[in-house]
Amino acid sequence: MINVLGIVNYDDASVSVAGLDSYRPVPSLSFLARYRLIDFALSNMTNSGIKRIQVYVKHKPRSIIEHLGSGRQYNINSKHGKLRILTGEDSIQSEAYNHDVTAFIQNMRFIEDATQEYVMIMPSHMIYTVDFSEVYKQHLETKADVTVLYKTVNNAHESFMGVDTLKLDDKRHVLEIEKNRGKYKNRHISLAAYMMSRELFVHLIHLADNLSSLYTLRDVLQEQAPLLNMMGYQIKGYVACINSLKEYFRVNLELTDYDVAKELFCPDWPIHTRTSDSCPTQYTASAHVNCSIVANGCYIEGTVVHSVIGRGVVIKKGALVENSIVLEGSVIGENVHLKNVVVDKSAVVSKVKELVSDDTKILYVKRQDRV
Amino acid sequence: MRKHNMIAMILAGGRGSRLLDLTNKVAKPAVYFGGKYRIIDFPLSNCANSNIQVIGVLTQYESVLLNSYVAQDQRWGLDAKDSGIYVLPPREKSEGFGLYRGTADAITQNIDFVDQYEPEYVLILSGDHIYKMDYDAMLDDHKKNKADVTIAVLEVSLKDASRFGIMNAREDGRIYEFEEKPKQPKSNLASMGIYIFNWPLLKQALIDDLTVENSNHDFGKDIIPGFLASNKRLFTHQFKGYWKDVGTIDSLWEANMDLIYHRDELNLADPDWKIYTEDITVPPQFMGPNASIENAYINQGCVVDGTVINSVLFTGVRVDKGAVVKDSVLMPFTHVKSNAYVQRVIIADDVVISEGSRVGNVEGEIDLISRNV
Repeated sequence: MINVLGIVNYDDASVSVAGLDSYRPVPSLSFLARYRLIDFALSNMTNSGIKRIQVYVKHKPRSIIEHLGSGRQYNINSKHGKLRILTGEDSIQSEAYNHDVTAFIQNMRFIEDATQEYVMIMPSHMIYTVDFSEVYKQHLETKADVTVLYKTVNNAHESFMGVDTLKLDDKRHVLEIEKNRGKYKNRHISLAAYMMSRELFVHLIHLADNLSSLYTLRDVLQEQAPLLNMMGYQIKGYVACINSLKEYFRVNLELTDYDVAKELFCPDWPIHTRTSDSCPTQYTASAHVNCSIVANGCYIEGTVVHSVIGRGVVIKKGALVENSIVLEGSVIGENVHLKNVVVDKSAVVSKVKELVSDDTKILYVKRQDRV
Repeated sequence: MRKHNMIAMILAGGRGSRLLDLTNKVAKPAVYFGGKYRIIDFPLSNCANSNIQVIGVLTQYESVLLNSYVAQDQRWGLDAKDSGIYVLPPREKSEGFGLYRGTADAITQNIDFVDQYEPEYVLILSGDHIYKMDYDAMLDDHKKNKADVTIAVLEVSLKDASRFGIMNAREDGRIYEFEEKPKQPKSNLASMGIYIFNWPLLKQALIDDLTVENSNHDFGKDIIPGFLASNKRLFTHQFKGYWKDVGTIDSLWEANMDLIYHRDELNLADPDWKIYTEDITVPPQFMGPNASIENAYINQGCVVDGTVINSVLFTGVRVDKGAVVKDSVLMPFTHVKSNAYVQRVIIADDVVISEGSRVGNVEGEIDLISRNV
């Protein structure tokens, strides 16, 4: 049992998965055929023994509310655990004011009323597994004011664009926080996940609000970094940041390689999600499927290569789906060829036989579209 | 408590000994079927889909796993305030401890349970069969016929009829005779072991049966013949569709193969009649660079990099590179290692087939592999 209140924060304002996020907020984006992004944050929290969790949702809360329900699927106890979905309470004059600090201020009584001494705040668009009880241990041992999770990467020139990086001393003290502009390969990428005392958290929120009505939690942490004892906690396993359609596409397809996926899926660290009670997937005699991830409930007669196929998808005879992501309930018609395409939920591609793009551009088919 | 119109009692105490090692430690209703299900998911889901809110499950043989499995009633959506699945194994009473002596005795010993809900009707089911059926439609028939008892029947071939309990009925469905495994069957309407009784009438019959000498305390042998003898209104409710008693290794294998070859007969993809089951937390399916899949029914959590032909793969099965799985049923978390060859077998859960080994036969009976090879 750890004495921590879990908070799933808004994703950074720079996160934009073009097309997909006009229908649902980033936390409920479909991921790897059967998950939604937020499943990782919540599973990490509950697997670590965090029992009370707040999820802040900025826009379009419907899909999140439906997906999370009471949180039973994440093992949140229905009596002495709690999953609270919080939205901004007051009307916002301008989208610029609609940030995490505003939401925290508006829901301050739920933060102040909590009995947990510490908080763990993280967004949902960073994908990795972590045992927060280990973070908690380090946080107490180092007597840090703030412990921030990071990953040392060698591809910061291509991925993690616009994400915070940490300048660390050799004892992993955070000296400075700055944005990744893609100039360097090797960076310590901040996962925007912070552990601190609830008291300090409340203080920082009020401080941010007093300094500037546009300040986010990240902004005040960056400003206060030199004054705080801020320590890094390194994540060793697989880390991805879903902050653009390009990264969404790349990460989904990269994880079709089981050897890569093994770094993310560990049998004793289950990633929970809501079941849709679909039956197993049927492959007919004409099916060919390689290097792909497939969810349940599909009916596959065609060829699928290096792709991610969501629940209940139908791929008809002669169809060729390569390097593509097909979301839940879509139908790919006979002899249709898809390459480098994201097909959103419940779409039908049957009339147009060629939806093919080169590797530099990702095509997107709208939700419920008929193509 | 709000009164319930009809509650269901599922008889799930049988061993199913012809399923060999599959029922060593679990009762037959808990045996796996169809890539992600257990047999009892079918009657439970049928109840849930037929608007039944209270289900008693009567367990006896090796009941620990079955009891804990069905007690998770949210899997079937039966966790709302006035609904639930209740596990009813034999219990110690002031007059002593008694096992269930027959199908009817299992209900007799739980009259107090049924009475709590004051139902007008009780649906008696077996936990052994695979089928999709609307019990609500059966209740409509029961009411329309002003019946005392309604028995679901299935048309079988006259050749097979001598293996079943056969109902001889008039044109309007009223049953005038019941014959258990007749040598010369007069009709081909086989009892499915699914009954709707008016509860007050059944309750009295069960109490009376306790004092009958040499009674088997069995619905088919004692209670139904008794009702016929006393001229009660017994009617058939004809069921059309897929129904299978998977009592042997061969028939269990065959029923699994039906999902591949006769997809429309027991359509598990029907969104209006879902079969609910345990949701084991595992990643989706991974099909590797060397995978070759042809006619297969595969559940989440599988990792396939070998060849799978005409087979059903349950949750978390692994088929490594170079391995071949043909005409087989692989139960949860079995692992077929590289270059192994598997043909015409059922492999029990968690079994490992080591590198390069061969199991199964080209033709003939289906082997059950229940230990590591």
